[in-house]
Amino acid sequence: MTPAIETEGLTLRYGHFTAVGDVSLRVEAGARHALIGPNGAGKTSLVHALTGNVPATAGRIRVAGQDVTVLSQAERVRRGLARTFQINQLFRGLTVIENVSLAILERERKTRQFWRSFAADRAVAEEAREHLSFAHLEEMADRPVRSLPYGSQRLVEIAIALATRPRVLVLDEPAAGVPAAQSESIFERINALPRDLTLLFVEHDMGLVFRFAERITVLVGGRIMTEGTPAEIQADERVREVYLGRRGHHGAA
Amino acid sequence: MRLIRIGAGLPLLLAAVASFFLFPEYLSLLNTLFILAIFALAYDLLQGHAGVVSLGHAVFFGMGAYTAAVLAAHGVTEPVVGLLAALLLSGLLALLLTRIVVVGNDLTRLLVTLGIGFLMLEAANQARWLTGGADGMSDFTMGPVLGLFRFDFAGETAFWYSLAALVLVYAFLWRLTTSPFGLALRGIRENVRRMPAIGAPVRRHLATAYTISGGIAGLAGALLAQTSNFASLDMLGFERSAEVMMMATLGGTGSIPGVVLGAVGFSYLKDALSAMSPKYWHLGIGLVLMLSVFVLRGGIAGGVSALLRRLRGWE
Amino acid sequence: MSGLISILADGIAYGMLLFLFSIGLSVTLGLMRFINLAHGAFAMCGGYVAVVLLNGFGVPFLLTLPAAAVVTGLIGVVLERSVIRHVYPMPELQQVLFSIGLAFAAGAVANILFGPQQQPMLLPDWLTARVGFLGVGITGYRLFLVLFGLVAAGLLMALFNFTLFGARVRAAVDDRRAAEGIGINVDRLFALTFGLGAAFAGLGGALAVGFLGLDPTFPFKYLVLVLMVVAIGGPGSIGGSFAAAIAIGAIDALFKYLVPEVGNYVIYALLVLMMIFFPRGLAGRAA
Repeated sequence: MTPAIETEGLTLRYGHFTAVGDVSLRVEAGARHALIGPNGAGKTSLVHALTGNVPATAGRIRVAGQDVTVLSQAERVRRGLARTFQINQLFRGLTVIENVSLAILERERKTRQFWRSFAADRAVAEEAREHLSFAHLEEMADRPVRSLPYGSQRLVEIAIALATRPRVLVLDEPAAGVPAAQSESIFERINALPRDLTLLFVEHDMGLVFRFAERITVLVGGRIMTEGTPAEIQADERVREVYLGRRGHHGAA
Repeated sequence: MRLIRIGAGLPLLLAAVASFFLFPEYLSLLNTLFILAIFALAYDLLQGHAGVVSLGHAVFFGMGAYTAAVLAAHGVTEPVVGLLAALLLSGLLALLLTRIVVVGNDLTRLLVTLGIGFLMLEAANQARWLTGGADGMSDFTMGPVLGLFRFDFAGETAFWYSLAALVLVYAFLWRLTTSPFGLALRGIRENVRRMPAIGAPVRRHLATAYTISGGIAGLAGALLAQTSNFASLDMLGFERSAEVMMMATLGGTGSIPGVVLGAVGFSYLKDALSAMSPKYWHLGIGLVLMLSVFVLRGGIAGGVSALLRRLRGWE
Repeated sequence: MSGLISILADGIAYGMLLFLFSIGLSVTLGLMRFINLAHGAFAMCGGYVAVVLLNGFGVPFLLTLPAAAVVTGLIGVVLERSVIRHVYPMPELQQVLFSIGLAFAAGAVANILFGPQQQPMLLPDWLTARVGFLGVGITGYRLFLVLFGLVAAGLLMALFNFTLFGARVRAAVDDRRAAEGIGINVDRLFALTFGLGAAFAGLGGALAVGFLGLDPTFPFKYLVLVLMVVAIGGPGSIGGSFAAAIAIGAIDALFKYLVPEVGNYVIYALLVLMMIFFPRGLAGRAA
């Protein structure tokens, strides 16, 4: 079966610094795939390169078998590759429902219309409400995003990405900056996403990773160190050393 | 926000109509106020809605003014034809310039809009055979509007003519800014980095906004040339570009009635104060502009909607 | 031929002034990400200080130059500490509005204090005399400007490349957070840099009076050229700004001489061409 997203020798260099080195990654359709690694391992850089925020220095990227390496970020979104950001990238002055509606309108290419009210577009409003109800944001629909608690803003981040109707969703630390109790509920929502949506997510909390991921890729120094099921990764001594070991070290310091 | 946007249009229109009867000796000033309000609305589509600054927007205003004046001088004296020609030509000029204005970063965008302003000023100055150079153009006469209403000395026709244009522009922009396209512009303003991540063609949106804004600015310029029977270099100078930015900012950038109020208030004060002393006017406007960055961020309209938000209990 | 050389000397002297006007803006843009459209006001300020000292108090010309630099620099530091530093974190639009307001206010203050007319400046005889240079007669003042500009640029480059202060500034330009992390007092660095930039602009303004003239419209007059220098040279780059300023000055002077009918807008046309082919500036660094 064609993988949902696949890279071949993907490399991202800034001057002499190699942020992502020769990464060949396969994410199967419908997978729940986690990307882990110590700080500075290049996880966010890899996400940037995958989704087209930053053009790759070398290598190829394919989405559902289609080469997207030279496409812009917006064009990749149109081919079903969406992402969320580690640090909120929201339309802070717009209301929650406007945030989600905008993504729908762009997807439907309706943003060329300037002769009718966007609020009067029933189909868009209905779909936006569906995304909000999935993200448990319905009550906040008409509030400006910047007035929301941080945890809810993280959910808006996801709702916007869903409104692009992705086939592959890349989540960069979806629960970053949120207290442990709330990150649980964010992951509960992620877990409730339809099974035909492929998920690739970066996460620091090992507990969450082992519970929600079905497959894990470990990134160290911009390169893939190993890949496997949660059980395999948990049993891998090298992973323990570079990743878990170092975390323990951090905790002690 | 939505409350005052819908609610303010009608009272503003009523006030404008009432001013005709209340201040019959100030009709030509009121005419100028309407025209500058149109110009400020056109500019604010960029600054207030899309969140990008232009330091050379008077280029389009001047383009429109000269288009109308040159047409009239060559026998096309129907004002509405001149107006439409100015709208099209200025919009076309803006469309041609989008390639260099829309790309690049904040610094280069400021630089390029400034540079184009000086370039056009110099070009208009050099093309004496067409524009009259530094003397300006005044040897043309406008025909009656739609062949029916002759421009009179009291400025009654000019008043209604410009007010009608303002109402049309106001309604058009109000519709546009509440449309899907308007929402996309506000998306660019709120977070230009997120836009590509939802598949948005940011450059295309900005180019469209720039073209519309340039066209309407040209329409305003044409109105001024037609109703004052004069077109001159100062209509596309840097000072006029800076002024339109101030009008939009003081009134409340991003709010259509706010910008209209800002333009009217600003122009009225300018008229009154610079009659006394232009240097104190510059000092005052400079200080107000500096202050506006710290207090009353959203101008007049911003103050009102902050109050509304507080009443509703958000923030 | 001799005409051409004297025109080029004119252009290079002009370029030196542009360099002095723009270097402060370049560094503050690179360092604080502050788009200071009022930077020309500092040059104007230096000009008026020099004029007042020279014409009003009979201070020798050479002494008015450091005085103009010091006074303007001090005004810069005071403004930075009291108001301008609060503008750094604001979005671009607010910075533009604030600095345009500042430039308008500064021009108005000059107008109120000194009137709208051009300020006369009586240069000492040894500067107005024509001197032979490479077999060509050049006004002494041009030569003086060129030499002075070279010295100033050399001093600045030495300051930025070989001193601890310079190293700190370069570190903070590259990565502000990292610089803070290694214990650099960024606030003080900003104030010093801003003051230094203002001082150089003030010096440039004092030098410019005898060459470009001085009146209250000065803050906006050279804004486009100064921004061009920064965009081409790359924000925060001294060498880049220097090269860009000289090139722009020389090209401007050359075209005004060769094709006077269109000379005034060659430089703007160049700007537009540059934007078509290098939309992010020749230095290619995003501001």
